[in-house]
Amino acid sequence: MSLAEPTTHGGEKPLLDLLSDFIVELRRAGLPVSLTENLDAMEAVTHIPIEDREAFKYALGATLVKNHAHWKAFEVVFEVYFSLRGPEYDVIGEGDDAGGPDGEVAPGDGQQPQGGGGGMQALTPEQLAEMLFKALMNGDAAMLAALARQAVTRFAGMEPGRPVGGTYYLYRTLRNLELDDLLEQLMEASREDAPEDLTPLEERLERDEFSDRIEQLKREIEAEIRRRLVADRGVDAMAKTLRKPLPEDVDFMHASREELANLRKAIYPLTRKLAARLARKRRHGRKGALDFRSTMRHSLSYGGVPAELKFRYPRPAKPEIMVVADISGSVAAFARFTLHLVYAISNQFSKVRSYVFIDGLDEVTRFFDGVEDIGEAVHRVNTEADVVWVDGHSDYGHAFGVFWERYNRDIGPKTTVLVLGDARNNYHASQSWILKEVQHRARKVYWLDPEPRAYWDTGDSIVGEYGNHCDGVFEVRNLRQLEAFVEKLV
Amino acid sequence: MAGNVSPVSPHDVASVDDVIAALADQRYLADEGLATAVFLALRLRRPILLEGEAGVGKTEAAKALAAWSGGEFIRLQCYEGIDVAQAVYEWDYSRQLLHLRAAEAAGATEGVAVSDLEDELYGERFLVRRPLLRALSASGDDASTPPVLLIDEVDRADDEFEAFLLEILSEYQVSIPELGTVAATQVPLVFLTSNATRELSEALKRRCLYLYIDYPDLEREREIVLAKVPGVDANLADQVARIVRSIRQLDLKKSPSVSETLDWARTLVLLGIDKVDAQSATDTVNILLKYRTDIDKAVKEFADNQDELVPEGT
Repeated sequence: MSLAEPTTHGGEKPLLDLLSDFIVELRRAGLPVSLTENLDAMEAVTHIPIEDREAFKYALGATLVKNHAHWKAFEVVFEVYFSLRGPEYDVIGEGDDAGGPDGEVAPGDGQQPQGGGGGMQALTPEQLAEMLFKALMNGDAAMLAALARQAVTRFAGMEPGRPVGGTYYLYRTLRNLELDDLLEQLMEASREDAPEDLTPLEERLERDEFSDRIEQLKREIEAEIRRRLVADRGVDAMAKTLRKPLPEDVDFMHASREELANLRKAIYPLTRKLAARLARKRRHGRKGALDFRSTMRHSLSYGGVPAELKFRYPRPAKPEIMVVADISGSVAAFARFTLHLVYAISNQFSKVRSYVFIDGLDEVTRFFDGVEDIGEAVHRVNTEADVVWVDGHSDYGHAFGVFWERYNRDIGPKTTVLVLGDARNNYHASQSWILKEVQHRARKVYWLDPEPRAYWDTGDSIVGEYGNHCDGVFEVRNLRQLEAFVEKLV
Repeated sequence: MAGNVSPVSPHDVASVDDVIAALADQRYLADEGLATAVFLALRLRRPILLEGEAGVGKTEAAKALAAWSGGEFIRLQCYEGIDVAQAVYEWDYSRQLLHLRAAEAAGATEGVAVSDLEDELYGERFLVRRPLLRALSASGDDASTPPVLLIDEVDRADDEFEAFLLEILSEYQVSIPELGTVAATQVPLVFLTSNATRELSEALKRRCLYLYIDYPDLEREREIVLAKVPGVDANLADQVARIVRSIRQLDLKKSPSVSETLDWARTLVLLGIDKVDAQSATDTVNILLKYRTDIDKAVKEFADNQDELVPEGT
């Protein structure tokens, strides 16, 4: 079917409309798709035969996704809008596909999927388990896909119209497959089959290979559940359910464990880019003093005439930083990421000292000194810092008291102090006079609060009172805001 | 394959599979994503921006395409502070001065009008053509094969240079005050590569097709080793690919890239090792990993039960 008449079976939406909806959804997911890119995408797909789903996806990717961090979100939306349900994905009995090459992209056509055809339905649970075992041993991708579909049909218990999330079905299906035992059984069989004892290295490689195949199976199951949900609920509803914020927009305080893991991965390239940007900024801008030697050297090609003046790069003084961070409860993640970021760009500062507190305070600079792996150091801060004094509930007043008592002499006119916390003081004494003294001595004092502005000064939060003695109070809820602040700081 | 142009020229390419086959002829194994992007770039006449870690094959892709098309391969290596003079053209001042002095000394300047002298100075002889100008003017020679222009590591250049590049990539012409406008008669095939050390400008990204090149999966890495390392057998290639995959799953500062995998495979072949065991892996791991902490982590992971295993040189 040529794309000159981009329609699908049964009066479904024409392709161009589907593509427009797809792009609208991409924008909702946070991808900045411009009009030019929109038009490029539409032009690009006219060159790709619609049956070639891979090429179709990559054609859209090349024109619409210009940032690798957005690729995952793009893939999810693509799966929802263009889920393929043709029979060539079925493995019926001997592996032949039945029916015509129905490669149409037709989401939401309401048809019940062919869960592997008649052959698979008739298998007993034991036979199914055996087929699964064999498929994993042999790495038979097509069989695994078919088995994934069969597993979903049997175990997920999906019913049309049920308002239940995909993760619930996924959990049910995986639980019935008992995948952890499966891995061990595969390793056993592998050991027995081997002509001689496996070395630890070989064992490790075998294990990684089987884990990879099991992950592949899980992904197939997930995809199949998603496909069926789309068929049941329609494209727009599913897209809304699956829409996830990009890693840099995730709130520190409300991040799930998975989102935190993503954040941790995102922070390395971010610090690299930030460091490059800051290094660049330091060097450009106003030109410094005339570099006499360089000018004379360049004048040689002009016969001694200094036709081209060379200037030194200006080297503005690097600030000294002190970071004082609350690491109680929900604010801990925020503190961790900020410490990570600050130390990653520590060559932009002449000195970095850091302190963490809950109701007691401890200096943690020693964990970061000369350490290559910042993630490791941050982890040690969590486990080894001595920050609990009475009951482990935030007491800013006492913590500031300890800080002032022990470290006030280290604050000088070149020091910038960053306080990180939600200022929720559990109604203890605020001791905000300490912050006032700090502000007198230091160059600047900034407060970073990870809570949304609307919550400031509600309940036991006294950020307003502390803020009176700061040169600025900033809302830093996510990585994007943190990055923006750090860039301004330097 | 040297010297042969593949039967299908880039301009007659009919499908993504043709692209994969043609690149494979040049010993570059592209995945579906790259092949689709290249196919579209050829059809839509757009530049391609390839982003990814160092050593995954971005520059190689451009070279393979140039070998395929038979056109001239022109490379502009960007660095911080690169400007128009280094990228497009420059007048060879010293030579001009010397020419004048020599003419004076030979007495050839008497009676000659000043404007004639000046015209002489601003001619082809004293024009230093840098890569961008060469790419724009090369097309005139051979009508059927436009050159392939590779703008390497564009993320090392600064914003002004990017804006200038954008202009060139939109108009494909550049104006030299003394010589006039040079416009390309054929649009060159343009590749831009970036190591993602900074965000490129939106406008530049909008102009290009974008592809992030990730590390290859197991099968493809194995095939790449088989294709590019002479003397390696299938088993060793398989082992190498598997071990590198496992290493990449660790939390490392710098994961091994494809070029490092190939170096390791070549080393193993050279050392006559046809089956990798824990000891030989540990001895040669410094070819794959370049940071001390990474090497320690990897050795710990893969030599768990063997306490006597110590990397050479420690």
